[in-house]
Amino acid sequence: MTELKKDLFKRLEPKEYVTQELISNEDPKFFRDAYRRFKKNKGAHIALFMIIGILSLAAFGPLIGGHVYNEVTTQHINLPPRVPFIENLGILNGMRDNVNIYLQKGFNDVYYWFGADGLGRDLWVRVWMGTRISFLVAFVAVLIDVIIGISYGLVSGYFGGKVDMIMQRFVEIISGIPNLVVVILLVLILKPGLQSIIFALMITGWISMSRVVRSQVLKLKELEFVLAARTLGATSFVIILKEILPNIVGQIIVMTMFSIPSAIFYESFLAFVGLGLQPPLASLGVLISTGYQSLLIYPHMVIFPVTVLSLLMLSFNLVADGLRDAFDPKMKGF
Amino acid sequence: MEENRILEVKNLQLSFQLDVGTNHVIRDISFHLNKGETLAIVGESGSGKSVTTKAILGLIDDNGAVEEGSILFRLNKNGKEEIVDLLHSSKSFMQKNIRGSKIAIIFQDPMTSLDPTMTIGNQIMESMLEHKLVKSKKEAINRTRDLLNLVGIDHPDKRMKQYPHQLSGGMRQRIVIAIALACEPDLLIADEPTTALDVTIQSQILELIKDIQKKTGVAIIFITHDLGVVANVADRVAVMYAGKIVEEGLASEVYYDPRHPYTWGLLSSIPSLDGKEEEILSIPGSPPNLIHPPKGDAFAYRSNYALAIDFEEIPPMFKVSETHFVASWLLHPDAPKVEMPDVLKKRLKQYAHAKEV
Amino acid sequence: MFKYITRRMFWSIVTLFTILILLFLLLQFLPGTPFNDEKLSETSKALLNAKYGLDQPFFSRFGIYMKNILTEFDFGISLSIQRNWMVKNIVLPRLGISIRIGLQALALGTSMGIVLGVLSASKKNTWVDTLATLIAIIGVSIPSYVFALLLSYVFGFRIPIFSIIFNFNDPIKSSILPTIALSMFVMAQVTRFLRTELIEVLGSDYIRLVEAKGVSKFKVIYRHGLRNALISVITILGPLTVTLLTGSLVVEKVYAVPGIGSLLVNGILTNDYNVIVMIAFVYSALYITMNLFVDILYGIIDPRIRVAKGA
Repeated sequence: MTELKKDLFKRLEPKEYVTQELISNEDPKFFRDAYRRFKKNKGAHIALFMIIGILSLAAFGPLIGGHVYNEVTTQHINLPPRVPFIENLGILNGMRDNVNIYLQKGFNDVYYWFGADGLGRDLWVRVWMGTRISFLVAFVAVLIDVIIGISYGLVSGYFGGKVDMIMQRFVEIISGIPNLVVVILLVLILKPGLQSIIFALMITGWISMSRVVRSQVLKLKELEFVLAARTLGATSFVIILKEILPNIVGQIIVMTMFSIPSAIFYESFLAFVGLGLQPPLASLGVLISTGYQSLLIYPHMVIFPVTVLSLLMLSFNLVADGLRDAFDPKMKGF
Repeated sequence: MEENRILEVKNLQLSFQLDVGTNHVIRDISFHLNKGETLAIVGESGSGKSVTTKAILGLIDDNGAVEEGSILFRLNKNGKEEIVDLLHSSKSFMQKNIRGSKIAIIFQDPMTSLDPTMTIGNQIMESMLEHKLVKSKKEAINRTRDLLNLVGIDHPDKRMKQYPHQLSGGMRQRIVIAIALACEPDLLIADEPTTALDVTIQSQILELIKDIQKKTGVAIIFITHDLGVVANVADRVAVMYAGKIVEEGLASEVYYDPRHPYTWGLLSSIPSLDGKEEEILSIPGSPPNLIHPPKGDAFAYRSNYALAIDFEEIPPMFKVSETHFVASWLLHPDAPKVEMPDVLKKRLKQYAHAKEV
Repeated sequence: MFKYITRRMFWSIVTLFTILILLFLLLQFLPGTPFNDEKLSETSKALLNAKYGLDQPFFSRFGIYMKNILTEFDFGISLSIQRNWMVKNIVLPRLGISIRIGLQALALGTSMGIVLGVLSASKKNTWVDTLATLIAIIGVSIPSYVFALLLSYVFGFRIPIFSIIFNFNDPIKSSILPTIALSMFVMAQVTRFLRTELIEVLGSDYIRLVEAKGVSKFKVIYRHGLRNALISVITILGPLTVTLLTGSLVVEKVYAVPGIGSLLVNGILTNDYNVIVMIAFVYSALYITMNLFVDILYGIIDPRIRVAKGA
């Protein structure tokens, strides 16, 4: 052993060294941890940008592209897609069956980026307007759902006893009816339209949210810190909010993100079976439903709205998946 | 490896790559286990004791694990004996030759250690059949019956057909022990086997383990955080802290002549049964974060006996006797003379006295 | 366990009754008189009115409604699809096909889902996992009608291997495309769910013990992991049934399958309320039955429920 200086063996006062230990023992915060995990998920990241991209196009798309929404130009019926610059690459060049329809009809300076529909309206504009509508419908429905779901779950869980039992029986019966049936029946009675569809979407979605909230409330109700807070005189409402909400925020966010594509799907589904929004409103679902009829002859009328719809739903699902993995507190590794 | 030894861990180091850095879980430990003896490894959570057992069994999760050093094991197969390095053996080798057949483990929580969808009998027979220790199902059933008797389970034939949820915690732990013994292993690792049990059941299980060792001669590594538990069971004791072994010796040496301040702390914090405490000493603070391991002696930060050099250099093992080693600068010839706290001195005198009587 | 089943059956029946009541109330709100076919003679009209109690006060109408349904399954007369036919005679014959295709899709989707789920969980975080998860997410995100359209376009039109229209003369082969289209969502959901469950199961203590016993990795995953994970997967069969019901509407429309899905779509288009009501009830009954079945299955498979506690 090498010679060690004698004064190294001096005893030290505990005060001199204890503080150092405290600094190196920081626990990572929950959200910071989750954010880091989310950042690692490439799929979710790409999806997030996709969502931003699509929504931006929905907001600004109709302003570029050159045609007015809903303007009917009968000479332009069923024109295939034609985009300047890209047409020189051999695609989106206004060709159908090896004939350039635009040139054939003498429309040298006319461009329809997504083509035109059966009434000569610009599909580019219609697709992005449709995206706006589809998204808004879904968003509003989900928002109301979340509010109802959380409130229902909170009340049912917190008050417990008879109140809880009745509320849960109610939920049990309602969930015995498939959503499909409820939605169809509601829209039938209320006549298809913006409000009835939002209402129908909203009626069914809150149940799972309320269940999650209720089980969290039940779990936390019995925990000591809630009892402690109560003995200190805090009112029930404050207790619920302060203690319970932070615990379920993660789950609520994830469930919301999952509900949006589901709502978008349902709305488009309703359009497809004839219960969709009425003109002049045209959501992506309506576009798909009308375009479907000429799928084999003019596929462009279906392809563009379907692609946007699918990408939107796919991206939301990826982001929701990523968020769920990010919030999962289970430690991986050893 | 010495003739008498069945396991020898040499300079084992283990670290995991995390997002936030490298977690140095085991920072160079060495110890050995002799045939038929019980070694207790004692330490707090985070000391690295449980990970050591995983390393021995080759069950470390691959996520960026870096392993160095060696774990030598005396493998006795079909009459032939060879020394293998468990740390550097393939997963396939470990599964076929070591795990379950030569080295077995008992986990801490009996409530979650058993597969809820499989009968008790099948779970015990599984390793026998997997390692082909029996030639027929009938033979397996007979052996299972014997095992159940060995671990003190009544009505073995009825129990074999039952599911885990039908048994109490103590009984489940006995089943776990039976599963471990199914293939007559040479080494049994007991990872905190009594921590999750009631006090009365605890002593039963400890007695059972002692009994089994007497009957079968199996060597045991007993992991625990509670020095009081192993007082009667251990032949030798190794105390671990922050991924290193700080004191190692015969049970009598570690209990009656402890030299490391951490060991003093552990012994002092065992509540005494007669309740005549002046103070209950506990060790202030908590174990360090091993992603940025402290310089020098990791325990110095929580000790009342720290020397300046403790914050500069890691202490080597100092020899107290042929069997007793301590890693503390306090044992360096230039270090000031330090004695264990009075409370502890008094108590140890009491124990020694009680033992003589 | 017996008590549990009886309780569940009781509530299922209560739910069905409630649905019938709600449907009845619904009918009161829907506009249009049921019989406005000029071809009907006065006497026929009178008979029909009497049979369905249409000129009776509210509660008698309700009583007659319930009696008709419970004794004869009589949901009234079709208003527009097939005038003057009894609704039950239009709906019931078409029920078989829809159920068959639905079960096919369920079986196909579940088996593919199990395969993908096990693959992705056992090879977690490798390219296999990423690929399988991606397939699953696509399956969940892309609406069933898109799949139906796509398959129809590609395999029916461009590469004509499969028939794009359902054909009674060839019931098995011509149901291939609709079955595949319908099974996509099922497969995707089963994959994702099983993956999550299996990963969680594989992280539990008893799996660690099984590994420590020296059991081969294959057996660890299949005999221990899968068995435990599948128990939880059964619970999603209920919601999956709903998606099958929903999807069937579109799939039957695209492939011209003469089932109750396309019938419902027709009914909506033509405002044939009685048909809609009966199908709504049938769907609800199917869903509730599936839930009940799942509950019972769960009770049988999980030993913790099947074998009572107590040593």
